[in-house]
Amino acid sequence: MDALDLARLQFAFTVGYHFIFVPFSMGLALMVVLAERRYYKSGVPAHMAASNFWIKLFTATFAIGVATGITMEFAFGTNWANYSRFVGDIFGAPLAAEGLFAFFLESTFLGVLLFGRRRVSRGFYYASAWLVLIGAHMSAVWILIANSWQHTPRGFEIEGGRAVLTSFWAAVFNPSTLPRLSHTVVATWVMGGFAIAAIAAWYLLKGRDVRLARSWMTAGLVLGLVTAVAMPFVGHWHATQVAAEQPIKMAAFESVWDTESNATLWLFGWVRDGGQEVVGLGIPSGLSLMLGLDPDHEVTGLSSVAAEDRPPVQLTFQAYHLMIAIGFLMIALLAVALALHLLGRLERYRWMLWVLIFAVFLPQIAIQMGWAATEVGRQPWIVQDLLRTVDGVSPAVSAAEVGTTLALFGLIYLLLFVGWVRIVFGIIRKGPEDVPALLGTQVPVLPPVPSGEDTSTSAGAGAPAK
Amino acid sequence: MTLADVWFVLVAVLLTGYAVLDGFDLGAGVLYPLLGRGDEQKATIRAAIGPVWDGNEVFLIAGGGALFAAFPPVYAMTFSGFYLAIMLFLFGLIFRAVSIEFRHRDEKWARLWDAGFFVGSLLPALLAGVALGNVIRGVPLDGNGDYTGTFLELLNPYSLLIGVTGLALFATHGAAWLAYKTEGDLHRRASRARAGGFVLFAVLALASTAVTFVAVPRASDNVTGSIVGWVSIAVLAGALLYTLWQIGAKADLKAFAGSAATIVALAGIAAVGNYPDIVPARDSAAETSLTVANASSGDLTLAVMLVIAVIGVPLVAAYTILVYRTFRGKVKAGEGY
Repeated sequence: MDALDLARLQFAFTVGYHFIFVPFSMGLALMVVLAERRYYKSGVPAHMAASNFWIKLFTATFAIGVATGITMEFAFGTNWANYSRFVGDIFGAPLAAEGLFAFFLESTFLGVLLFGRRRVSRGFYYASAWLVLIGAHMSAVWILIANSWQHTPRGFEIEGGRAVLTSFWAAVFNPSTLPRLSHTVVATWVMGGFAIAAIAAWYLLKGRDVRLARSWMTAGLVLGLVTAVAMPFVGHWHATQVAAEQPIKMAAFESVWDTESNATLWLFGWVRDGGQEVVGLGIPSGLSLMLGLDPDHEVTGLSSVAAEDRPPVQLTFQAYHLMIAIGFLMIALLAVALALHLLGRLERYRWMLWVLIFAVFLPQIAIQMGWAATEVGRQPWIVQDLLRTVDGVSPAVSAAEVGTTLALFGLIYLLLFVGWVRIVFGIIRKGPEDVPALLGTQVPVLPPVPSGEDTSTSAGAGAPAK
Repeated sequence: MTLADVWFVLVAVLLTGYAVLDGFDLGAGVLYPLLGRGDEQKATIRAAIGPVWDGNEVFLIAGGGALFAAFPPVYAMTFSGFYLAIMLFLFGLIFRAVSIEFRHRDEKWARLWDAGFFVGSLLPALLAGVALGNVIRGVPLDGNGDYTGTFLELLNPYSLLIGVTGLALFATHGAAWLAYKTEGDLHRRASRARAGGFVLFAVLALASTAVTFVAVPRASDNVTGSIVGWVSIAVLAGALLYTLWQIGAKADLKAFAGSAATIVALAGIAAVGNYPDIVPARDSAAETSLTVANASSGDLTLAVMLVIAVIGVPLVAAYTILVYRTFRGKVKAGEGY
């Protein structure tokens, strides 16, 4: 492998790894706000214990997400120096805004969440939870603006071999920004829903903190189902935009060889001869109908561009179809689980709880596949139609250097992953602090407790009556 | 003053902010094995930087982002040219961030996370100075603006001297922070480390200054030839005397302010020493130097970023101050985590 292949592999590995934790923490941040809101409103110590539990899970995940995110900012300069020179004028402003508007916000108020329980008021603390959530989502906004510009560049002109900004807003709201942002953020919420449901399922299996776990199960399944059902619509919006702006990528998604009407929508299949043929099950004219609401709608084919301008079709096709298949599987699973849960029957089907625990891999795989499809589908371009990936790499860096650091990334990231799993499992096994211990160290303002309610387990509002 | 000049100053301010703020928590990490006797003191050291280190580190992200945006060729050259050094710096930061967060939740692997916090602090604290030394000294560049030297050439004696000087300064700064935040035995030993570190730093700083006059006359001429340079020198002299005085008076917060002012003055001198170059070319045609004028982004980008900065910086400053005020004073026993 040469320096280019290694640099691509390193970027794919480090960004894919980073993105294991990003959707987890965005989803968990949502749960932190929900849990802290309950404590803010009630002041009941059990609610604080529940909120603290989510904060611990969130911060352990967030820490590794932030740390591996620094890699990505550095990677543009270290491995993709010529790319950085080309896009710096465009790309830099969103990155700087991300630093100023997102990173400072989330990291500063994360400090309050971690250390501020006894230093700040309940309102300040609750506001901090919101600010961390907003900060986390703001970073998604700015980095996806930069990423979207690579796919659908706007608001620039080429001057002296580099892109120079001519309209900030045109660059920011380039055609793929809004669909990509919606698609990605909704995906992180689906992930959050599954993560919350998986943790709740484990407690229900163990019969621990049952009332609390039921309310979490409700929250996780509702969040997951609502967002998963929204996804086909958001995804369709994004797909039609891709077809309009990056027709060759769409051709690779569905392996369309000749430009044609009545193009097939594949449910699954195997690509042969670089996209000239697909063996599989498809809906005739389905793709034309999807994209143009008309079976005669013409879809651009791969053969319309030269071979060196086509992306790797098999990988793009498979990643895209796996993502969609998992998407529909998730809707079905969440619908069944939520129905059982609302009928009060979920806990009778222990295997279903186990399924929910392992189902946490589904959104994760779908997200990784989605990224692979969109980024591989853009190849051979690093900036669509303007700069080839091969021309973006750092001239000053040797294959040996990239290979060495790739190996080190592999080692360090493996170690961190093992550490993260141990810690997250540890937090879950330990569970929310019990209230007497909490009262021993905290001096919360206690409102009158509604009579007849057991405060130690009263966080279960919203759970099905049993 | 052009827009590019404004951004030269702003990038310098952000990176200086990084050195002042992350400087003390990196320094605390460097001193961690030395000062933290037993798990309780170790926990206190971590709690002393716990609420703020993450926000401090963001100055590096913001500074790096601003460098990328305002001077893409400089960002591209330094990050790809200093490849292995930057990667070591990065591995340090990653390991450190995760170690701080994981240490208190994972008794079984406690020693690993302790080591991660120390090594992860040492590498950036040392390498930041080494990188600065190379940028002052100049590096060999080709016509594309790419580094043509090797990794070992980056470890030249001059840059290593600047690196060690920086390390001593960050350690002193970290000791000053710990003295301000702790009590009892830990406070006593942090105060001693602060005094020792300051003496070590003063000797190294003197040596660095002398060597710079001999080895990099371009930089020393730039400083002594400009008003801002002389102002920075005066501030440095004042900051050094003030720090020494406050260390003697055992005024912890003021001594910390003194070491912070020292970092600011040194950063000012370094910036003036290079201006109007950002990265001067060495042993190659002078016209390959990356300057404020030839390496900047277009005016529209710089103007947009200025608007972003004008909106964002006061906001960031306001809540950063708010959070520092919230956590002011000594670390409370068993606080956090």
